[in-house]
Amino acid sequence: MSEASRAARIMTQRAANRRLAFALLFVALGFLGFGFGLVPLYNSFCQITGLNGKTGEATARPAGGVDLSRTVTVEFTSTVMPGLPWRFEPMVRRLRIHPGEPANAAYLAVNLGGTRRDGQAIMSVSPEQAATHFKKIECFCYHKQALDPQQTRLMPIVFFVSRDLPQEISTITVSYSAFPVTEEVALRGENRRER
Amino acid sequence: MSSAITDFGHHDAHGEPRGLLRWLTTTNHKDIGILYMLFGLTMFLLGGFFAELIRGQLIHPANHLLTPELYNQVITLHGLVMVFGALMPVTAGFANYLVPLMIGAPDMALPRLNNWGFWLLPPAAIVLVLPFVLKLIGIGNGPVDTGWTMYAPLSVQGGPGVDFAIFAIFLLGASSLMASINIVVTIFNLRAPGMTLMQMPLFVWSWLMTSFLLIAVFPALIAGSAMLLADRHFGTHFFSAAGGGDPVLWEHLFWFFGHPEVYILLFPTAGIMSHILPTFARKPVFGYRAQVYSYWAIAALSVVVWAHHMFTSGMPVAGQLYFMYSTMLISVPLGVLFFCWMGTIWQGALSFETPMLFALGYIVLFGIGGLTGLVLADAVADQQYHNSFFLVAHFHYALFGGPIMGVIAGVYYWLPKMTGRMYSERLGKWHFWLTMIGFNITFMSQFFLGVAGMPRRIPDYALQFAPLNMVSSLGAFLLGASQLLLVYNIARAAAGYGKPATNEVWDGAQGLEFTLPSPPPHHTFEEQPVVT
Repeated sequence: MSEASRAARIMTQRAANRRLAFALLFVALGFLGFGFGLVPLYNSFCQITGLNGKTGEATARPAGGVDLSRTVTVEFTSTVMPGLPWRFEPMVRRLRIHPGEPANAAYLAVNLGGTRRDGQAIMSVSPEQAATHFKKIECFCYHKQALDPQQTRLMPIVFFVSRDLPQEISTITVSYSAFPVTEEVALRGENRRER
Repeated sequence: MSSAITDFGHHDAHGEPRGLLRWLTTTNHKDIGILYMLFGLTMFLLGGFFAELIRGQLIHPANHLLTPELYNQVITLHGLVMVFGALMPVTAGFANYLVPLMIGAPDMALPRLNNWGFWLLPPAAIVLVLPFVLKLIGIGNGPVDTGWTMYAPLSVQGGPGVDFAIFAIFLLGASSLMASINIVVTIFNLRAPGMTLMQMPLFVWSWLMTSFLLIAVFPALIAGSAMLLADRHFGTHFFSAAGGGDPVLWEHLFWFFGHPEVYILLFPTAGIMSHILPTFARKPVFGYRAQVYSYWAIAALSVVVWAHHMFTSGMPVAGQLYFMYSTMLISVPLGVLFFCWMGTIWQGALSFETPMLFALGYIVLFGIGGLTGLVLADAVADQQYHNSFFLVAHFHYALFGGPIMGVIAGVYYWLPKMTGRMYSERLGKWHFWLTMIGFNITFMSQFFLGVAGMPRRIPDYALQFAPLNMVSSLGAFLLGASQLLLVYNIARAAAGYGKPATNEVWDGAQGLEFTLPSPPPHHTFEEQPVVT
């Protein structure tokens, strides 16, 4: 084979190599994007399925009236995460309600520290199958709570349990964890994703 | 068509650089393959040193060899160094050295990228281990100490060592992606005329699948690590619940990479099996097509089973069932591979040279690792075994019993080809038996410890676990010491001692690499062979 045609073949070969290499690089970049895309994907997946204790929301009264034939126990618990000098506990530990019946509960928070401290409560519901059926109409967890030293605040939650709650669930445990809000969280405003 | 494509930006006429500069600037696939393998061996010894520290700490209850903080750092570095520093580079080294020889190509398709890909690795290793060394001389508070899985929120709160680990992961990821892209391009574009995909040696197939998996899943780890870095320093809350993030998200991202990673480590050695077993059984490979299809099935399934590492993270029943069944499904194509290996040696005229011994050891040990994996895949049983020493024993059977045994088998098999010298068969056999005995003493006892309830990742344990821990530690010392035989055998052959190897090395060995002299010249297949 002549030198000229050899050189030509080398150039075609190199071009083909480069093309395939760039194609594969784009595939890899696509998967990098997919990696970041998993964040909203998982989030909406959990929202739809109620996995991970993500609860439902409602702005109106429950449809279909109250199901008087069933009674569901709703239990409230609380946790204060390290770094937040708060006392934080439910006013009522156990409520017995009917599905479809709006109910009120409240948590009491006291700032035991010497300075103003901001906290944000994050909720989760177990069993997980009940999460989407626990509908919040209003919740203190939508906003960060700023407490001055020794300030006490009674914080409400208005909710109902939807009528299509699976029959086998008779007790729902609602757990609130109060997290310290740092400067960065405060800058971002209220916690949107948990809503 | 038998013309050559020799010009890959490399001109012999200039006279090649010598000494260190040669290795820094080399674009030759054999040089780079050797660099990868030497790097992997170094990291294997370093990771082994960390392993011996772990077993040294656990030899007695209430031992004070390591502080709890140091223990956490050592187990983390052991995992990261062994997976990313030892196993991945050494299998990439095999790929660089062997794939062009096996497909009759003059070099890798992208030689400069190849050089760059390798030389990212030493900085990555330095970045990972540097905080450990600095700590020893009293600077900083040590390397990453979260366990190699770097679970949030611990990794969000951890010290600067986590940042070092994140940057090491970025470098390792870039290196792996470059190597994978290069290998895919080489396999697709540079096969010898006449060699179809279904005529490629199985090692080449196995690395094609490994590359595909790496390209698909390593970016997810890079993305996750970038989020972790942002959480730690830029005020985001991907993984912190306080800001509306979710620590479990990290587990999903990590294991979306982490589970396929197991097969990334496994595939190349599964390919090695299908070269060694036919040679020493003096039979053609059994079920070539079945093995290729199994690779495809395993690769496809491996990306949809990740959450079986997370059964205890509070997953709902439906999720547990899905991940349990899909995980168990992987054992079907894996079982096909096992039966193909056994079919290959069935009624063969077996001889038991060192590579064959390690290959047979691989089948036994990796078999135990796979079967105990089925126990852990059971979502109900996993609640008890998870994070116990049962899990530790399982993945060491799967990762030492599989990939490391396979790599050692490959080293003994191709070392005469690469160096032109036979290793010492007597020392090789000693190496095998001491490894086999030491390994089983170390890790079989850990199955029993795990079933009895000993948790992993804790530098101390209850008194009733003392006898078996003593046994396990002694086994680990034996296992570690016997690896020095491997180092000696490699050094001896590389230094030019030992019987000269023939071109074919092994009686009846198949493959284009065995048509070349031992060691092969610097440039090979400048005229591509024609495969019929």
